[in-house]
Parts: sequence; C-alpha cells; structure tokens
Amino acid sequence: MTAFYGILARDLRLALRQWMDAGLVILFFLVCAALFPFAVGPEPNLLARIAPGIIAVSALLAVLLSLERLFLADYEDGNLELIALSPAPLELVVLAKVVAHWSTTGLPLLLATPLIALLYNMPADGLPVLLVVMALGTPTLSLIGAIGAALTLGARRGGVLIPLLVLPLWISVLIFMVGAIDAELAGLSARPHVLFLGAFLLAALPLAPWASAAALRQALE
Amino acid sequence: MTLFEGRELDCVRGERLVFAGLGFALPPGGALLLEGPNGSGKSSLLRVMAGLLKPAAGALVWGGRAVTEDPEAHRARLHYVGHLEAVKPVLSVTENLSYWAKLRGASADGVPEALERFGLDQLAGVAGRLLSAGQKRRLALARLLATPADLWLLDEPGVGLDVASLQRLGQEIARHRKGGGRVVASTHSALPIEASETLSLADFAARASAEPVW
Repeated sequence: MTAFYGILARDLRLALRQWMDAGLVILFFLVCAALFPFAVGPEPNLLARIAPGIIAVSALLAVLLSLERLFLADYEDGNLELIALSPAPLELVVLAKVVAHWSTTGLPLLLATPLIALLYNMPADGLPVLLVVMALGTPTLSLIGAIGAALTLGARRGGVLIPLLVLPLWISVLIFMVGAIDAELAGLSARPHVLFLGAFLLAALPLAPWASAAALRQALE
Repeated sequence: MTLFEGRELDCVRGERLVFAGLGFALPPGGALLLEGPNGSGKSSLLRVMAGLLKPAAGALVWGGRAVTEDPEAHRARLHYVGHLEAVKPVLSVTENLSYWAKLRGASADGVPEALERFGLDQLAGVAGRLLSAGQKRRLALARLLATPADLWLLDEPGVGLDVASLQRLGQEIARHRKGGGRVVASTHSALPIEASETLSLADFAARASAEPVW
C-alpha cells in the first residue's frame, strides 16, 4: 500500500504544481457546454430539456481531453519503467493513478456541473440526481479511459486513437447518466439508472486496472 | 550460495534475433560487465534481467528457482537504472527520491544519506527541471542507495558523470559488492569496477546471425 499512496501523493502534487492542466479541462467543459445554444437556438424550454445531455456529453469530451497525459509523461521520461519494476502489483499502481486522475478532472467537473445546470435553467429538482450521476459516472469514465490511454502508448498518433477506442465503450455510461436525470425530471424513479451506473463502476473498478496493467506491460517491452 | 543465472537466453527484438544461447552466473558480491558494439543487445539483456522484457527462450534463475515463479519477489530485489533518468521536472530532488523509495514500498528515511553520498545534499530542494544532465544521472543513481536491493542493473551508468562522480560510483559499487550485492553494468567507456567477469555480447550475436528467425 505504500506504493499506492506514494503514487497517489505524487500525482496529486504534480497536478497541483501544474494546475493549468486541470484548469484547462474545466474551462473546456464550460466552453463546450456553452456552445450548444449557438447551434440549437436560444429557446429556453428546449435548452432546459436538453441540458442533461449537454452536460453529460461535455463532461465526456473534457475527460477525453485529459486522458492522453495519464500515462504518456511517465512513459516518455522513464518513470513508467520504475513503476512497472515496483514490487507492488502494477494493477494497484494503475488504480492509484486513476484515482489521482479522477480527483483532478472528474471531481472538478462535478463541482462545475451546477454552474452549467444553472446556465441552462435546468429544473432544480433534477440537480441532486445530476450530481449523483456525475459522481458515479466520471470515475467509470476515468477507469475505462485508462485502458485506452495504456493501449495507445507508443503508438504514433496515440492522441487520435484514444477517442476511437474509448468513446464506444463510454456509450452505455452516457445513456444511463442522461436517462437518470430525464427520469427524475419526468417524475419517474431515477433509481434503476443510478443502480446501473453503480454496477458499471463496480465492474470497472477491478477490470479496468487489470486490463490497463496488461497494456502497460506490453508498451514497455 | 544463491546464484543469479541466465540459461540459454534468446532475445528477439522486432523480428530480429539480438542474441541467442546466452548464459551467465553471478554469485553474491559478483560483478558482470556487458560489452559489445551498439545494437549487440546490452540494454535488451538488462531489460530481460529486470523482467521488463520476456526472453524468447531460456530462463532466468535465482537460487535454483525460475524468477517467473515469483516476479514480485524478483522486482523487490533489483534496482534498474536505465537510459532515462525518470526525474520529474516539477518535483524537487528530495521529492523525486522519496517517491521512488515509496514506490518500492520502503520509507523515505534513507533519502538524505543517499543524496549526500552522491553529493546532491546541497541541491535537495531544487526542482528537477533545473538540474544538469550529470546531476540528473546522479539523482537516478542515488535511487540505488535510498532503498537496499541485492541486484543492481546499470545501463551505461557513467554517461554524463564527471571524474569525481565516476569515482564515487565506483566506490559505491565496491561497497555494495562487499556487502554481498551483485552488479550488472553495460559500458562503452571504462568504469572503475574490478570486474569479476566480462560478458561480450558479440560472441552470442555471431551465432545468432547465422540462423535467421524467419
């Protein structure tokens, strides 16, 4: 566990010193979400209706933007070799990196979400569910994204490959994120959707680090 | 006496056989110098020894047991210093070394002494991006001292070091061997090591080129 906390502390410290990286992700999220009214027209009812979808898609794209730097810097400067040579299981170290990634992207996105909801005049009753959905959905995005980031290490156009690999895997998360808020706003129970998101997170928690670690070992050969 | 052995190792890189039938045996306190021209597989052999690269054939054996039986135990007893220094530019010298120590599951207690022994104690608070190439290399070498490990795998450890630092490296290697540690180092220039054995990679490459893989 020393290795787990060591990596977590280092990645958080790096993110704090290079806070512009995380800041840009949040800024991207806000700008992306603010772009939709220009495309679909300034109809308040329509905007309030599509707000959950816009928030979810913008969050997805923002996380995508941050994925490339998850392993690439460590791969290029040689730290990934040291991480792979740590006596601790590589899966555990990958999990620490994903936790750090979520804390510096998913968590700030979660905090910025009410701002977008307010911007779109989304009914206030939907806000608690929106936050729950973001809290359950964004860690799953980070976990699945780590597989894509690990697989594209060493590829010539890794940055372009990651979206192609990761976006299809994210679709189910997107469906249930938006489904939960829509159900809540329509007066139905959001519970089944939220349970599905919880299930995705629980499944990704052991599987994604395992797959990422296998991909990392391959990249280091 | 536990031996670290390589038996009939073959290494294939990108469909090319780099070396074949390579064997060695390293007792406690032993040092193995890898020699050979560029591309003869010195770095590949070190990566095979570290477990980063799987040999195409053959086995690595530690004390009579294949290292693949317990790779985590093998990783716990080795230090690998490769071509890349792995210094994080925004972390200070101490922070870099403490994190490496934690990565090996150890405490950071040995960090100040390790820095001192490689003459980096004056630079403890300096950010990694401000270090010169030689200072970065010394920081990477300080990893060897911050946490104990039996086997040191050093890929061209002398690159970028000044004469005094090279002497220091030689002293630390001698001290490590006196305590029963083993060292494997690849080198082009002369390292101040009293080598007990020299492995010339060219001997195994010659055999390799006679029989292409594909």
